This record gives sequence, structure tokens and C-alpha cells, in this order.
Amino acid sequence: MTTIGTPAPASRGMTRKQRRLTLIGLALGVLGLAAGLVLYSLSGSITLFQSPTDVVEKNLQPGTRMRLGGLVEGGSVRRGENMEVAFAITDGRTTIPVAYRGILPDLFREGQGVVTEGVLGPDRSFRADSVLARHDENYMPKEVADSLKRQGHWKPGDPAPNPNAPARQR
Amino acid sequence: MSPEIGHYALVLGLALALFQSVVPIWGSRKGDATLMATAPSVALGQFVFVTLAFAVLTHAYLVSDFSVENVYLNSHSSKPLIYKISGVWGNHEGSMLLWVVILTLFSALVALFGRNLPLSLKANVLAVQGWITVAFLVFILKTSNPFARLAPAPFEGRDLNPLLQDVGLAIHPPLLYLGYVGFSMSFAFAVAALIDGKIDAAWARWVRPWTLVAWIFLTAGISMGSYWAYYELGWGGWWFWDPVENASLMPWLAGTALLHSAIVMEKREALKVWTVLLAILTFSLSLLGTFLVRSGVLTSVHAFAVDPERGVFILAILVAFIGGSLALYAWRAPLLKQGGLFAPVSREGALVFNNLFLTASCAAVFVGTLYPLALETLTGAKISVGPPFFNWTFGPLMVPLVIAMTFGPLVAWKRGDLLAVAQRLTVALVVGIAAIAVTYAVTTGGPVLAPLFVGLAAFIIVGAMVDIAERTQLFRAPASVSFARARGLPRAAWGTAVAHAGVGVMLLGIVGETAYKQETIVQMRPGDSVQVAGYDLTLQALVPVQGPNYRDLVARLQVREGGVPVGMMEPAKRLYTARNMPTTEAALKTRGVSQLYVSPGDATADGSIAMRFFYKPMVLLIWIGTLVMMLGGLLSLSDRRLRVGAPKPSARRAAAVQAAE
Repeated sequence: MTTIGTPAPASRGMTRKQRRLTLIGLALGVLGLAAGLVLYSLSGSITLFQSPTDVVEKNLQPGTRMRLGGLVEGGSVRRGENMEVAFAITDGRTTIPVAYRGILPDLFREGQGVVTEGVLGPDRSFRADSVLARHDENYMPKEVADSLKRQGHWKPGDPAPNPNAPARQR
Repeated sequence: MSPEIGHYALVLGLALALFQSVVPIWGSRKGDATLMATAPSVALGQFVFVTLAFAVLTHAYLVSDFSVENVYLNSHSSKPLIYKISGVWGNHEGSMLLWVVILTLFSALVALFGRNLPLSLKANVLAVQGWITVAFLVFILKTSNPFARLAPAPFEGRDLNPLLQDVGLAIHPPLLYLGYVGFSMSFAFAVAALIDGKIDAAWARWVRPWTLVAWIFLTAGISMGSYWAYYELGWGGWWFWDPVENASLMPWLAGTALLHSAIVMEKREALKVWTVLLAILTFSLSLLGTFLVRSGVLTSVHAFAVDPERGVFILAILVAFIGGSLALYAWRAPLLKQGGLFAPVSREGALVFNNLFLTASCAAVFVGTLYPLALETLTGAKISVGPPFFNWTFGPLMVPLVIAMTFGPLVAWKRGDLLAVAQRLTVALVVGIAAIAVTYAVTTGGPVLAPLFVGLAAFIIVGAMVDIAERTQLFRAPASVSFARARGLPRAAWGTAVAHAGVGVMLLGIVGETAYKQETIVQMRPGDSVQVAGYDLTLQALVPVQGPNYRDLVARLQVREGGVPVGMMEPAKRLYTARNMPTTEAALKTRGVSQLYVSPGDATADGSIAMRFFYKPMVLLIWIGTLVMMLGGLLSLSDRRLRVGAPKPSARRAAAVQAAE
């Protein structure tokens, strides 16, 4: 990315070398700024994905901010006053109750994969402040698919656990 | 028409593409004009065959031929006509076919309009285009055949994903692809120049219009996609820093840098090596974008069901093209002659500054998008990088960029005077400060920094006007002189000013929406009212409505401003019956450039419904700003010097050498 090539008449202020150094200095400065911003921001805005079993096995402490994903347990959805919703997320081995207030995404259904983001409360309950939506009923969030695979409840190649799944899907 | 005709046409297209990727370049190495001259007709033939395949698939959609699996999975006989057509590219196979149609379209355009290109450059460019076409046609034929048949043919189709049954998304993919694939032109020119080992201003003059065309379409595609997400998803957001969105933003940032560095190369013959690298990187990022969207390796809110095996194939294409072109670059770039000398404070210097910040911000987006993938591969930890990361890296890098953007066009080539430029920008600075003061006085609440950004936006817009006023000597010369100068001004100068003003307009919209929006969620029954930002909204009734392939539950809301009715808003919960899939249809009420936004939640058994209300001040300026930017691009594209074609390289080089002395 050097820009200066032909020999310069040194009479006009800076010499060729000085100009090149200025440019390299500026480039390094911008790169340094970018790298600094990236490192600073990365430390603050990362959330880890955990499955319900992770929560138990890793003995995560209350107050931990994370993404919790799994299947919405069948029959667990309860709607309360003031748009309060309670449901449970399971990976087949462990189940964590989740509380959420607000409007659920259109494709939120019992028995389907879901990813929520929020804070782990005391006695291993989860307070979600967002429930991630998807665009496609056959789409299974990758993290959820992986965690279900580990628990042996879902094999790659299977359609997502969905009663309306098509008979033949390439 | 039988679908097999389409399949066969694709195979013929592949045969021609194989010919095109070998013979012309062989001719150019051997200096055989006959072999080189085969490229244009072969490129046109390819375009004809691939388009024929696309037409066959479209026909199958139009007549609802459910014996074609692709049609069965993505169409329905009761679907409106426009979505039968857009359904062709509303799925993986069809959209890849569209990708290749556009690729061969660009090859055909070079074949048709590249008459005054040097023969060997043209042959090499078309050969490189041929390589890309081969890779993607093999990909389609091997992993994503859109013409696969089902026997027996199902009676009815499974319908297109309802979220895609929308005018915005019907035209979003073609626009986006015209942008992505358009950058293949700059890539092909760059690789061709590296193969020949020579590059000059005529090259830049050829590359710039192609890059500009691609840039305009990519801007349109991203803008359209953002507006679609805003009104169709019902979350009221217009940019989520989602991997799929970032995948389109990265080539845009690199492409914007390329547009600007190509100016330096064209006018001053400097930055050659860098411009070639940018051309390679921009298309590489386009390929990366295709890979990210099509492979599903990243968890995205916009993700659709995907097949991982295809991802591996695209990854192979990605590695081959990016790795190959960068290796070629490392090997051949030192051959390119350096040119043009300039001081740090100069137009060239400003454009270098622009390039540094654009590529740095592109790199930041790249890190944020791919870091989770890298970390998972290396350590197995699954993380997500949220919007704060992007706001804190991308934002601070954009501020110096847009400030410099206002100064840049006013600085002289070779050696500029920053102080003189600052003096000429006094008006813009005064207006900017006034805007800050007014914003502080008028608004209550909102972030402390918001008025500063309003001021910055005003500074950018007025700065762009100052640029034109300076060039036409407005208010300093008689009006007739200014008018004559304005007419004589190159369109490219108008384009610069308009596009830069567009950035200011967009910034104003972003600040308004981000800092001053109001939001409330309430549970409502018919008869209830809610107040949002001075508007009263009354839920009159919940009405079921039957559509062609869906059922709606419409919430009728009357909107009053200061007691005076100003209209109805009718958001709906919609159920697409073929897929049994619910969607949310948000309602928008435009007031000036601001909008009221209502998105309904689920209706409960007791007859009440949750509703989400937003007031989004100046939100429309975000997309109006992108339209203004595109208008700037079009103006620049209509510049006479791009239409008359490049002068003879030898004469040009001589002139440039003289100018550099």
C-alpha cells in the first residue's frame, strides 16, 4: 500500500522519505486505533452460549449474563398478566425455567428450538430480556442443534423436531 | 417448457464457460488475436444459455409445475403473480441461478461495450469472469440443481416462506446480487492487469464505472433489505449488526474505498498497487458474503434452513479464488510501476485517509462477524458478539471519516492548504454549531452526544453545498456566470457533492431514530387508548380478514393528533395457511419524515392483544439518505469522461508524466 514511487524533487518541503513516513505513521495510527477499539469492545460485548446442562455442570453463578438455548418444553408455556410469559427450556437432560415479559416472536412454539438472552437468577431460573426470532420454521439455531446432538436427542440429517416438517427435504 | 431444457442449457453454459476460461487467455499469452477474439461471442452465448435456464425455471413457477421439486417447496398455486416470480430467487437454488445469470450478464456487457478495450486485457478479463462462472455453474449443477423432479408430482406446493412474500424482498436479492456480482468486474480487471503485469490510468477509467454500477446496486440492495427488516419483521429495528447484514456491509465498505482510490489512480496514476488489492478484497468479501449467507455457519436472525455440504463447496470456491488472487498479487504486483507523488495534505492524501478509515472499519466489522466462528473452531466456546461491539468500533471510526469527507473535495490535488479549506467551510461550521444549539434547546432527554451528531450531519450537508458553491463561484460572481459554471461542472463533481450530502442526510436519520425514538408496549382491549409522542391511538376493533393465501386478525386503530383524527392504522397478526406459519404485519403512519409504528403481539383468550408502539422521528431520512447517495453515484456515472471511453494509454501516460513534473 505504498503510494510514493518516482523520485521527488526534494525542494518542496518534505523529502520523499518524510512523506512516506508520514503516510506509514498515519496508517499505523489508524490501524492501532481500530485494533484498540476492537479489543476494548470485544471484552465488553460478548455473551456466551450455554445449554441447560451447561448451567448445571459448569455450576454457573446467579447474575451470569448469557444466551440460553434449547427446546421449548412441551406444555410449559404459561401466559400471565401484563405480557408475562413463563416457559421452560430443555436439552432433554436438564430443564431450566425461563421468565420473559414482552411480545414473543411469531415462530415461538412448544417443542421448537429457541435461543434466549438474559441473566441467570437464583435457584437456576432464567430471566430473559430477549427471545431470538427466526425467519424459517425449519431453521434450528446452530448452537441448539449442537447441544441437542451432544445429548443424543437430535441427529444431523434429521429434520428439525417440527410436526409440520416436510416429508422430503433435500 | 420442459424443465430438462433448463438443465441442459446450464450444462451448455458450463461448456462455454470452460472454453472461455482457457482459450482467450491462452491466446493472450501466445499473442494470438484469433483465439483472443473468441471471448466476446462465447460470453454472449453463455449469457443466452444461463438466461434460458432462468426463464425455464420462472416458467415452471408461473404455471405452478409442482413436478419440479424447487417449485413444490417454494410455491403455491394461490400465490399472487409477483410472488410466483420472486419465488424463483426466494430459495437457495434459484438465488444461486440468479447469481450466475447476473455474472454472465456482466461478462456479456464487457463483450458488447468493451470495443475500445485493448484486445489482450479484454480477453484476460473475460477469461477471469469465465473462471468464476465455471465455479458457480459446477456448484449449481453438483449441489443445488433447481430442476430436480419429483415423481409423482404433488398436487399442491408448500408455499414460499411468508416473510419473503413482500415487494421489498422481491426486489432485494436481485439488487444485492447486482452489487455483489458487479464487483466481479473490478476483480476480473485487477487479475487481468496482474497477469499482464501492466496497469495505467486507462485501466482505472474502465474499472471505475463498473465499480460505480456495482456500488449503486449494492447500496440499493442493502437499503432495501434494511427497510424490509424494519417494516416486515415487526421489531422496529433497521439494522441489527447481524452476520448476514454485515456480510453485505463489508463489500460495501471495501467497494466505497475502491471507488475513491480508483479516482486517485485515474487522475494521478498513484495508488496503483493498493487499488488492485482493494479490487481483489472487495470481490473476496462479496464471495465471503455469499458463503456466510448460503452456508449457515453463523447464527443469524436472518438465517434460513441451509445445507452444510453446500457450505463446504462454497468455502472451496472462496479459498480457491481469494487464495489464488492474493498469491497472484504477491507474485505480480511488484511489476506494476509506481506513479504520482503527493503531499500528505492534498486531495490524494484525503482519499488515502478515506481509504484507511474505510478499510479499518471494514476490518472491525470483519473481526466482529467472524470472531465467534474462529473462537468456536479453536476452543469450542460458543459466543455471540452484540451490537455494542459494532457501535463502539464502527462508530468512532466513522466520525473522522465523515469529517474528512467534507474537507476532501475542497483540497487541491498534489498539495493542499488545510487552513484555506477550513476558511471556506466557515458557513458549514456555523450552521453545524447552530444545529447543535437548536437541538439542545428544542429536545428534552436523549443522549448528551446526540445534538453533536445532529450538528455533524448539518456540517456535512452544508459542506457539500459549499463545495458546489465554491466551484461555481456562487454569490461571488454574477448569477449568470455561476449558472454557466454549474452547467459546465463535470457531473462527477456534482456526484461527489450529492453523494456526500446523502451521507449527512442518512446520519441525521440515524441520530433521530436512535436518540429520540419513543417506545411503549401495552395490553389493549377494543375501546382502549394509548398515547405516544403526542398522538392518541384508539383500538376500535379486532377484525378477522381472509386474504388470498392467508388469514388476518386486523387491529383497527384510529390515530388522533391533538384530538384531530389523522387516519387509521391497521396492523395485523397473519397466518399463512399453507405452512401454518404466523407472521406479524406492522402498520406504519408517515408524518413528514417521521413515522408511527405499531406491531401487534398475540391475542389472548380474554379478547385483549399486546401492542408495541414506536414513534420514530426522522427515520425515513435513513433510506432517503441512501437514495441521495445513489443519485450521487448515478450523476457521477453519467460523467462525460466515463462515456467517451479511455484515451490511448500511451498519450495518457505521457500527459500524466508531464503533469507530475
